[in-house]
Amino acid sequence: MYQYDQYDQAMVDARVEEFRDQARRRLEGKLTEAQFTPLRLKNGLYLQLHAYMLRVAIPYGTLDSRQMHALADIADKYDRGYGHFTTRQNIQYNWIKLEEAADILADLAKVEMHAIQTSGNCIRNISSDHFAGAAADELVDPRPYAEILRQWSSFHPEFNYLPRKFKIAVIASDTDRAAMRLHDIGIQIVQNDAGELGAAFYVGGGMGRTPMIAPCINPFVPLDQLVTYSEACLRVYNRYGRRDNKFKARIKILVHELGAEEYTRQVEEEFAHLLEQGVEPPFAELERIRTFFEDPLFEAGASSDIDRSDPDFALWVDRNTVAHKADGYVSAVISLKPVGGIPGDATAEQMHLMADLAKDYSFDELRVMHTQNIVLPHVRAADLHALWTALDVAGLGAPNLDTVEDIIACPGLDYCSLANARSIPVAQRISERFAKTGKTETLGQLKLKISGCINACGHHHAGHIGILGVDRKGVENYQLLLGGSEAEDVSLAKITGPGFDEHGIVDAVETVTTVYEREREDGERFLDTYRRIGMNPFKEALYG
Amino acid sequence: MAELLRYRDDETVDHPAVTVDAFLDQSNANAVRIEPGDDARDLLPHLERVALVEVNFPAFGDGRGYSSARILREAGYDGELRAVGDVLVDQLAYMRRCGFDAFEPDQQLDKDDVQAAFDRWPDVYQSAADDRTPIWTKRHA
Repeated sequence: MYQYDQYDQAMVDARVEEFRDQARRRLEGKLTEAQFTPLRLKNGLYLQLHAYMLRVAIPYGTLDSRQMHALADIADKYDRGYGHFTTRQNIQYNWIKLEEAADILADLAKVEMHAIQTSGNCIRNISSDHFAGAAADELVDPRPYAEILRQWSSFHPEFNYLPRKFKIAVIASDTDRAAMRLHDIGIQIVQNDAGELGAAFYVGGGMGRTPMIAPCINPFVPLDQLVTYSEACLRVYNRYGRRDNKFKARIKILVHELGAEEYTRQVEEEFAHLLEQGVEPPFAELERIRTFFEDPLFEAGASSDIDRSDPDFALWVDRNTVAHKADGYVSAVISLKPVGGIPGDATAEQMHLMADLAKDYSFDELRVMHTQNIVLPHVRAADLHALWTALDVAGLGAPNLDTVEDIIACPGLDYCSLANARSIPVAQRISERFAKTGKTETLGQLKLKISGCINACGHHHAGHIGILGVDRKGVENYQLLLGGSEAEDVSLAKITGPGFDEHGIVDAVETVTTVYEREREDGERFLDTYRRIGMNPFKEALYG
Repeated sequence: MAELLRYRDDETVDHPAVTVDAFLDQSNANAVRIEPGDDARDLLPHLERVALVEVNFPAFGDGRGYSSARILREAGYDGELRAVGDVLVDQLAYMRRCGFDAFEPDQQLDKDDVQAAFDRWPDVYQSAADDRTPIWTKRHA
């Protein structure tokens, strides 16, 4: 994986000192709260309902055991012994003291980590495929392209005061595991007929209160123009994105209002101009970065045999392991969705254990999934039983990847100052209900996503089943949505009708799964059945 | 009005800056002021008579002026480029990189803080309108 050189380290160290200085000037009254707020946000520091929250960047979701140990130590030293992995492949700490924030950033810098641009109206941490470098179906490893964009976007002088936040995802397979088309810019690395690699640019997607699927604005940008094209996309947005209304300021609104064709025309014009400006990095830099993402030394002829005599282990293997490009290896998913647990939370002890297991069984590498789970990307089939045994003892062995228990949930009203309703208890009740009825496994792939307000951090628009918490005359109310997908078959979920209370929403989810069980044809997922039969049968069952 | 911070050796222009519309109407104007909604490219055919461009930041969070500055420098403008308005210490380094070489903030800035801001970054990751060599170029020099 990528390692800092003296330049990267010096930049991160300078950032720590900059933030220390900003915090000092705030305390001395040289900065007003309004002036300080965007500065602390650009270091991932939010003021939430009960305390400060710190969001730490995990670029393209990749980290090593040393970094995971450091994240655990921070949870112990500065928080309450746990952290929360997020849908942006980052980690958040919920109980931070402002006066300790610079010390945390300094601790992070010691392990080549930071919180740079994890919030604020700037280019955020760049996300990618959590199976990058391991997936059997990928064209190339997408992370070198994410890394070069990380460097380009870090402290970008022109794009630090954008109309609104800006999120980029990079993938390199036709299977989309990163919700690529629901980003401000989604990039898919592709190959043309001549066998050359390039980048397909999708611009103007997003969730939030106005969900949109990004249109493709250029199917093939040569790799030696990747940064220049990105710069053109951003400049048009910085100049013409709306600033009169915070809720219409994302690039998706600009692309929608101009039309994809006109936005593309403006980007191409700016691109032609910028090609003359020499903003592209030397190609040798991309080649340097690629060397950090070469395959680990996989054991040749490793056996794919797995002893399935223990049914609990066999179920976990079936559910939580994914095909790998190397024979005899799999990617193993550690579920952070124990029944009745808080989706994405991990204790410091669990983080230490995951770090140790990564070192022992996965070439010292871990990934954070946007679905708030952890991946050990390169595990020998022969090691799976030992791995599972260690996970199971620590409460990390839930066999529920992509099932109705594998719920994405935002922090909701338990933590978030923007939320209208709690998300976590709804997730807990739903996973308990399905675990109790034993239907989880028979329902197969069923992606359930919960947001506690219309900002959609819980990706409810992209859920096969989505839940949106709203405030209805001071009472938490939950709307049900069906038919969304964040994957290559991307679609936006539609609302079923009137909302439900906290108990009613759990029943409603069960009701729609009953309709699916009744109506499904061979091999159909919930989403497939919904797409075939439409909303009406579900509505009838819900509202009769 | 706070003190003008200026990083140029030539004489300060003593004509008041006029709006872009007025500038385009007056063939003898040599100082112009760009508001966030103005298109800096409207000035490009007339750069030979411009000695001062002020870019107004009515609120520091409105970043359109950074693009205006870079566009002017990319077109070869080498006169004074002055950031005026809600210009704060923590924006100075970014502004400088986008081509600003003078600053006229609404509020007086602490001299030590200003110097610290300009001295902060040992290197830069990307190309902009200044002459700093990006890290990715240094790595392969």
